Amino acid sequence: MSDPMRIRAQVQGSGAVVRVLMSHEMETGLRKDAAGKTIPAWHITEIVAALNGQTVMTAQWGTAIAKNPFTQFTLKSAKAGDKISISWVDNRGDKRTDEAVVA
Amino acid sequence: MRRRALAFALVAAAFAWPGAQAQTGTADGIAQYRALLADGNPAELWEAKGELLWKQKRGPKNVSLEGCDLGQGAGVVKGAFVELPRYFADTKRVQDLESRLLSCMEAQQGFNAAEIAATPFGRGEQLNLEALVAYVSAASRGMKFRLPQARAEERQMFEAGKRIFYFRAGPYDFSCASCHGEAGKRIRLQELPDLTRNPGDGVGYAAWPAYRLSSGELWGMQRRLNDCYRQQRFPFPGYASDATIALATFMGVKSQGSVSIAPSIKR
Amino acid sequence: MQTRREMMTRSAAVTLMLGAAGVLPAQAQSAWNKGAFEGKSIDDVIKGLGLAKPVESKDITFTAPDIAENGAVVPIAASTTLPGVKRIAFLVEKNPTTLAGVFEFSDAVETSVATRIKMAQTSNVLAVAILGDGKVLYAQKEVKVTLGGCGG
Repeated sequence: MSDPMRIRAQVQGSGAVVRVLMSHEMETGLRKDAAGKTIPAWHITEIVAALNGQTVMTAQWGTAIAKNPFTQFTLKSAKAGDKISISWVDNRGDKRTDEAVVA
Repeated sequence: MRRRALAFALVAAAFAWPGAQAQTGTADGIAQYRALLADGNPAELWEAKGELLWKQKRGPKNVSLEGCDLGQGAGVVKGAFVELPRYFADTKRVQDLESRLLSCMEAQQGFNAAEIAATPFGRGEQLNLEALVAYVSAASRGMKFRLPQARAEERQMFEAGKRIFYFRAGPYDFSCASCHGEAGKRIRLQELPDLTRNPGDGVGYAAWPAYRLSSGELWGMQRRLNDCYRQQRFPFPGYASDATIALATFMGVKSQGSVSIAPSIKR
Repeated sequence: MQTRREMMTRSAAVTLMLGAAGVLPAQAQSAWNKGAFEGKSIDDVIKGLGLAKPVESKDITFTAPDIAENGAVVPIAASTTLPGVKRIAFLVEKNPTTLAGVFEFSDAVETSVATRIKMAQTSNVLAVAILGDGKVLYAQKEVKVTLGGCGG
């Protein structure tokens, strides 16, 4: 089971800035362990961001997104109390969704 | 004679000038890099996990850590970090945060402290300690270090820490002071804080625990000291050993009054 | 108690089944662009994404540090006020695989995103803006990756 994301959504003007910290190894598949064996690639492949149930942004990620990824984007129109949900899927088929409320 | 000295100084300055500029350019670049990372410290993930662990019933005794006294009274987390290491009456020892967490985990939750101390960093219960350390230190963020030195035991630890800090050993004859004994030192592009005095808010002792970008790991002071020993080619000091607590006491007292930014973000 | 492997195989199988049944939301069904993500050069990636040749543009604001103290985490951001930009892709020229990620924007968000990438070595980093009409624009910056010392 993966650790929860940290999602902060703060009202800014008529919209809101959303900042997300995800907990994920984002292993490139290029590293070797102490025994010399290649550590297999393990990374988030897709993310979906939704506002009040509607998808507002998606992304496809490769191995070059940093470990414990940080993402920031801006909603054009949002108000306090709106619900943000962020989901990710990784190349092992693991997935996770976390929610937060715009403050 | 003076003319010659002046001429020499001017020539030296002329040679130093481009170097000094390149140095400033690099320093500015790194400052910009760090500024861009200031928002969104992955340590927050550990802080959140630590809060859950503090409140969760765990261990053979199935009890939470909310009865743990970190120096401000049972269960009080805010302000505890900036007064550690300090003397604790129940264990009759001066303890740092990690040693104190081990005491509470054993006495209250029934964990085996020696086993956890023997667990390598980044595994098993050590991962939970990382989170707890992040949570507890975060509760004192922005507060100034004010380690107590009222008791003889606390002063003794300071003196022991000072001796250890300056003690040269290992195959390279290093001591902590070799790298951290003077202002203005650096290794390649890493500035080395002078730990013999207060090096400034959020610097040196006041910057740990920290999230290390290079490995994507949260390092407490114990791990930081362990790695310093490794870099000096010393044998490892033992997790939460008196030697590490003594060093932490020395560094903490020397940086008295500096503002803690822990858990911070580091290269 | 299921092992982690059993759980993952199970969930993958369930996902496959739901996908086949058309139950999963549309976004989860878009296949990860393997070809583009395996590209080893800017050209490979542009081809893999099925794009026209990118044209440099001053209308893309691309923020990246001049020097990255550690290549493991390099903060970058791109934004543009140009209308019609649907996606922004980040490319690291000298990485083993050039494409870091592609962000797709709906009308509900600004065309602006910040993220953190890994860089294997000093390299040009590109922010490529893909417009709905097929036009492709980019801004680039060289980011130096240093080793740093052994402290801190």
